[in-house]
Amino acid sequence: MQAKKRYLIVLSAGACLALLFCLGGVRLPAAGRRSRHDRSRRSDQPWPHYSDPLHRFQPWDREDTEEFNLHTSPRQKKEANTSAYRGRRCRMDSCFDFSACHRNGFKVYVYPPQKGEKISESYQNILSSIEGSRFYTADPGQACLFVLSLDTLDRDQLSPQYVHNLKTKVQNLPLWNDGRNHLIFNLYSGTWPDYTEDLGFDIGQAMLAKASISADNFRPNFDVSIPLFSKEHPRTGGERGFLKYNSIPPFRKYMLVFKGKRYLTGIGSDTRNALYHVHNAEDVVLLTTCKHGKDWQKHKDARCDKDNAEYDKYDYKEMLHNSTFCLVPRGRRLGSFRFLEALQAACVPVVLSNGWELPFSEIIDWNRATVIGDERLLLQIPTTVRSIHPDKILSLRQQTQFLWEAYFSSVEKIVLTTLEIIQDRVLEHGSRSSLMWNSHPGGLFALPQYSAYQGDFPFYYATLGIKPYPKFTAVIHAVSPLVSQSQPILKLLVAVARSQYCAQILVLWNCDKPLPAKQRWPATSVPVIVIEGENKVMSSRFVPYETIVTDAVLSLDEDTVLSTTEVDFAFTVWQSFPERIVGYPARSHFWDSNKERWGYTSKWTNDYSMVLTGAAFFHRYYHHLYTNYLPTTLKSMVDQLANCEDILMNFLVSAVTKLPPIKVTQKKQYKETMMGQSSRASRWADPDHFAQRQTCMNKFASWFGGMPLIHSQMRLDPVLFKDQVSILRKKYRDIERL
Amino acid sequence: MCASGKYNSRGPALIPRMKIKHRIYYITLFSVVLLGLVATGMFQFWPHSIESTADWTLDKRSIHDAPLIRLPVSSPIPERGDLSCRMHTCFDVYRCGYNPKNRIKVYIYPLQRFADELGVPISSTGLSREYNDLLSAISDSDFYTDDVTRACLFIPSIDVLNQNSLRIRETAQALAMLPRWDKGMNHLLFNMLPGGPPDYNTALDVPRDRALLAGGGFSTWTYRQGYDISIPVYSPLSADVELPERQPGPRRYFILSSQTAIHREYRAELERLKEENGEALLLLDKCSNLSQGAASARKRCYKGQVYDYPQILQESSFCVVLRGARLGQATLSDVLQAGCVPVILADSYILPFSEVLDWKRASVVIPEEKLSEMYTILKSIPHRQVEEMQRQARWFWDAYFSSMKAVGLTTLQIINDRIYPYAARTYEQWNNPPVVKWSSVNSPLFLPLIPPRAPGFTAVVLTYDRVESLFRVITEISKVPSLAKLLVVTPRKKFKCPECTAIDGLSLDQTHMVERSECINKFASVFGTMPLKVVEHRADPVLYKDDFPEKLKSFPNIGSL
Repeated sequence: MQAKKRYLIVLSAGACLALLFCLGGVRLPAAGRRSRHDRSRRSDQPWPHYSDPLHRFQPWDREDTEEFNLHTSPRQKKEANTSAYRGRRCRMDSCFDFSACHRNGFKVYVYPPQKGEKISESYQNILSSIEGSRFYTADPGQACLFVLSLDTLDRDQLSPQYVHNLKTKVQNLPLWNDGRNHLIFNLYSGTWPDYTEDLGFDIGQAMLAKASISADNFRPNFDVSIPLFSKEHPRTGGERGFLKYNSIPPFRKYMLVFKGKRYLTGIGSDTRNALYHVHNAEDVVLLTTCKHGKDWQKHKDARCDKDNAEYDKYDYKEMLHNSTFCLVPRGRRLGSFRFLEALQAACVPVVLSNGWELPFSEIIDWNRATVIGDERLLLQIPTTVRSIHPDKILSLRQQTQFLWEAYFSSVEKIVLTTLEIIQDRVLEHGSRSSLMWNSHPGGLFALPQYSAYQGDFPFYYATLGIKPYPKFTAVIHAVSPLVSQSQPILKLLVAVARSQYCAQILVLWNCDKPLPAKQRWPATSVPVIVIEGENKVMSSRFVPYETIVTDAVLSLDEDTVLSTTEVDFAFTVWQSFPERIVGYPARSHFWDSNKERWGYTSKWTNDYSMVLTGAAFFHRYYHHLYTNYLPTTLKSMVDQLANCEDILMNFLVSAVTKLPPIKVTQKKQYKETMMGQSSRASRWADPDHFAQRQTCMNKFASWFGGMPLIHSQMRLDPVLFKDQVSILRKKYRDIERL
Repeated sequence: MCASGKYNSRGPALIPRMKIKHRIYYITLFSVVLLGLVATGMFQFWPHSIESTADWTLDKRSIHDAPLIRLPVSSPIPERGDLSCRMHTCFDVYRCGYNPKNRIKVYIYPLQRFADELGVPISSTGLSREYNDLLSAISDSDFYTDDVTRACLFIPSIDVLNQNSLRIRETAQALAMLPRWDKGMNHLLFNMLPGGPPDYNTALDVPRDRALLAGGGFSTWTYRQGYDISIPVYSPLSADVELPERQPGPRRYFILSSQTAIHREYRAELERLKEENGEALLLLDKCSNLSQGAASARKRCYKGQVYDYPQILQESSFCVVLRGARLGQATLSDVLQAGCVPVILADSYILPFSEVLDWKRASVVIPEEKLSEMYTILKSIPHRQVEEMQRQARWFWDAYFSSMKAVGLTTLQIINDRIYPYAARTYEQWNNPPVVKWSSVNSPLFLPLIPPRAPGFTAVVLTYDRVESLFRVITEISKVPSLAKLLVVTPRKKFKCPECTAIDGLSLDQTHMVERSECINKFASVFGTMPLKVVEHRADPVLYKDDFPEKLKSFPNIGSL
C-alpha cells in the first residue's frame, strides 16, 4: 500500500515536472510571437530591419520638366480624354458639358410628354417632383440637365410597362445630342433568365440614375445609384420612420429575420437557397417560400414543402418590427424592396448582395446604418451580428431613421437627392462635405450655396466642437412712417441696442413713405443700418442680407415691446439651441376633426408649436433657407396676404429640426400692447387676418407633405425665476418686475 | 500549480510518516520543480537582454545576403490588371475569415533579389530606403504574421514604388514567381510613381493579374473604386525637415506656387494671375544658378531672390498643387506638412485615401480650366473655414502622410475596413483632429426624437437607512400617472450626516461639499476637459406662475413647495 502510494507520488510529481518543462518550452515561442522584439530574432521569416545604405525614393524627376513641357498641352490632353473615355468609361470629365451649368446655374429641363406615350405612375411622380423643384426650367436653352418624358423605369421586356422602340424614339429627340447632359431613371433592367443591366437602347453619354446597379456597371461620380421603390411609394411627404423611442439595451425579440421568395435555380438563387443553414427558429428566423410564378413546382426541391410550411407561420410585419437586424439578400437583381422596408422599420439592414452599389453610395456612409456582409460568408453572419456592440446597434438604428426621413421616404426626396448629388459635382469646390450628408438634418436641408463651411450652419456646432458667434443682429421690420419720438419702434431700438450681445441693428423699411432722415433715429452705441425692403413685401424680412454677419438674428416687429434684460436672456438661451427658434409670443396648431383641417389658435394654452417671428431669435441660415428652399408659390402667397410669414418660418424650422421652437419668459404686457395699443392694430384686429392664417397652415402642410409642427409644454425661464429668494441674487430680475 | 496542489492536499499528512530518506528525496524533487518554475518565469520576463544582442547581430544583415533569383526568359508573365476587379470578385475573403479581433493578417515575402538570365537586376535601385521603412513598419504592426498559411494579404518584397527604376516585363515575371502568387489574389503592391514618358499612365504599368494596387497617381479611369487604394506620393523631405505646427490664421502670402515642373501654359497662366494680384501671390521656380541635386530640392527662387523650401510654404494660406506629367505630386505632402491649404488642380485625380478622408475639409479642388479664376474662388472662402482647413491639412499630414509607416498602415487599415465593414473606423475617427475629438460632442442619442408618453418612466430611488423619508418619497412619486416602475436601490454605505434634515439634505455638511469639489476636479482631470456646461435657463411649464386661473394650468402644483 505504502509503496504503491509512493510510486504514485513519484510518478505524478515526475509527470508534473515533465509537463512543466513541456509547457515552458511551448510557451516560449508563443510568447515570442506576441512580442515584437522576439520576432526579429526568429531567423528567416520576418522582415529584418536592413541597415544598408539604400537608394532613396526620388519623387522629383529632373527630366520631368523638360520632357513634360515638350509633350502635348494639358488642354489637348483633356480633349483626347474626352473622346477616348466614352460609354462604359464615361466620367463627368469626359461625358458632361459643364458650360451650361456654370452659365445658368443648375437647371433641369423635362421634355414635354409625347402624344400616345404612356407614363407609369412612378415615372410621373419623378417628373412632377422635378417640375415642382427649384431646379426646374421650362426653357431647354437654360438647362444644365435634361430628363426624358419617355418612361425608362421598367426595361424588363416581359413587363407590361415596357416601352417599345425606345431606341428610335430617343434618337429622334432633337435635343438628345448623344445623351450628353441627360439623366435617365431606371428601376428594372434585363429579364429572365440572366437579368443583365442592359437598358435595351443606346444611352450614349447619358448618366444613369438606376436601382440595383452593380459596381461593375456603375461609373463612379457619373451614375447615381437609387433605391428600388414600389408603385405605392408616396410622391411627397412620406411616412415617418417607425422608431418612436430608443430602448436600451437595444435588442429586440429577434436578432435577424428575413422572409421572402427563393428562386431555386438561376441567377441570385444561391444565397437565398442557403439561408436555411443559418435559420434557428429562435432569434434567427430566415424564411423562404418556393411559391412564385406559375410553374414553381417544376423546379421544386426536397426542402420546399418544409420551407413553405414554416414560411406561413410567421407574419412579416411582426418580424420587421421586432427584429434588431433584417437580412437584405439579393434577389434576381441586386437591390430589393426589403432594403427600404428595413430602413423605415429601424431594423438594421444586413446587406448580402455582392457587388451592389448601395443607393446614393457617393454621399451616404452606409457603414453607419447597415451591416454590409459578404454572400460568401453567409454562415458567419449570425456570429458577426452578435458580435456588434449594443452601443453600435443603437447608433446604427438611429441612423436608419435619419437616412429614411432625409433621403428615402418619398419619391420627391429620392429625386431631389439625385439632383443635389449631381449639382454637388457641378459646384465642386462649393459642395457639401460628407458630414453634411450623413448627419442631421441631411443634405437636402444643408444648402452649400449658403456656405461650404460647416461652422456657418446651425447644425454642426457640437460635432465640430465650436460655438456660434456670441453676438446678434436685430432686424426690425418697419411698416409705418416715423411721426413721433414716442413711437414703439424707437423705444425698441434703444432697448435692443443696449443689449451687451447686440452687434448691429438692421431696420428694414417696408413702409410706403420715404426713408426718414438719419438724425430721426436715436443715437445708439451699435450701428443702425436702414435698408429698403425688396418690393416692400413680407418675405423681404427673411432675405439673407449680406449685412447680417452674426450667426444669430433677432427678428422684430416694429411694435414689439421688449426690455434689454429680456433680449439678453433670450439670446443666452438661443446660444444653447442655435438650430431652433427662440422667442416670446407663442401660438399653437390643432387638428380640427369636424372640418378635417388644421386649425390655428392664439389662446393661452398649456402648450405651443410656434413662436412668432415678431420677437424671436433664430440662425441667419434660416433666412437663406426661407428664400432659397421654399417654393415661389408659398412665398408669393405670403406676400399677397401680407400675412403668415411667421407661420411659414415655423413650419420650415420644425421641418428641418424635427423639434418644437422654444418660448422664453416675457413680461405679460406684450400681448395687450400688440393687440390693443399698437399703431398698426389693423393687422391683428382684422378678423380676416385670423381666417387667413388657418388657410395658410393648411396650404403649407400640404406642400410639406405633412404637419411638421411639434408641440412643446416647456418654457425656459431664468434660473431662480420667481423663486423666493432675494431679487438681488437674480441676474435677470427685470423680467419678473412688472 | 500541479505540484503545489499535490503538496497541499496530501503532503502534510504523508511527510511525518515517511522516512527521512524519502523526505529528502521529496524535498529535492519539489525544489527542482520550484527552480524550474522560477527559471521559466525568469526566461519569460527577462528576455530582452538576450534578444537585443541577437537583434544587433541581425541588424547587420545586408540586402546582399538575400538570395539571388535568375528569371528565365520564358518565365510566365501575369495578365495586365483587370479593370473590373472588385473585392467580391478578385479577392479571396476566405483567407481572412471570421476573426474576433476583426483584423487582417499580413504576410511579407522574404527579400529576394531578381535578375534576368544575364544577371542584370530587374530594378536599377533595388530595395529603396522608403520601401524598406514601409515593410519594417508593417512587420512591426499588429497586422503582421509570419505564418504564410494564416495570411489574408501578401506583400511582395519587390520594390515597385517608382516605375522609372523598373524593368517592366522582368518585374512582372518576378511577381509571378512568388510562391503564393495565385493570379495575384490577395496581393498588395505599393506604387507611388506610375507610368513613364511620353504618356504617363496613371497606374503602374507592370502586369499584375488580380493584385490590389496602392497607387499614388490614379485617375478616375484607372482607379478601381473599392478595390485599389489611392495613396500619397511620399515626400522624402518629411524625414529631413522639421516644420513645427503653426497656429491657423492669416499668413504673409495668400497664394503660393512652389512647384518646379509646371507646364509652360499653366506657368503663363500663373504669371498672369500674379500680375493681377501682385503681392498676394508668390510664384516660385527652381533656382537657375544652383547646381542640380539634393540641395536644389530645398531652394526656390523668384527673380533672383532665394527662398528656403519647404519653410516658405508656412508663410502662405493657400498653396497650389498642379498636376505635372503625373497626377500625384509629392508637393501635396509638403504643403500639408506646412499647414497650408492645398489648392488642387489635377482633373480626374483620385485624392489620396479619398475612400476615408473628407478632402473638402482640408483642400480646395479647382478644375484645371478654372485656374484663371483661382484667386476669386479662394477669396470667397470665409476666414473661419480657411483656418479650419489649415488645421485639418496639418492633421492629415501628421496622421496619414508623415512617414512611410503612416502611409502603409493607413492603406492596410482601409483594406481592413472593407473586409470587416461592421468594425470599420468611423468618419469621425478618420477625419477629426485630436483637438476636435476633445471638444466635440457626439451624443449617443443623436436622433431628434420626442418619445411618446405612453411607456412612462421608471423611478430609481437611492435610499440609505432612512426608511421614513424613503416612504415619503415612494408615496409622493407613486401618485404620478406616468410612473411605470419604481426601483429602490440600497447601497451598503451609511447616510453620513445624521443631523441633516430631509429638506436640507447633505448640502449643509461642509465636508460633503469639499468632497464633491474634489470629485469634480478629479473627474475633469480624467476626462481631460470640463464637460459640464453652464446655462442660465430652467424649464418651466408654459404658464408657470402666470396670472392665469390655476385650474386651467397643466402643472399647477409646480413650485408650490
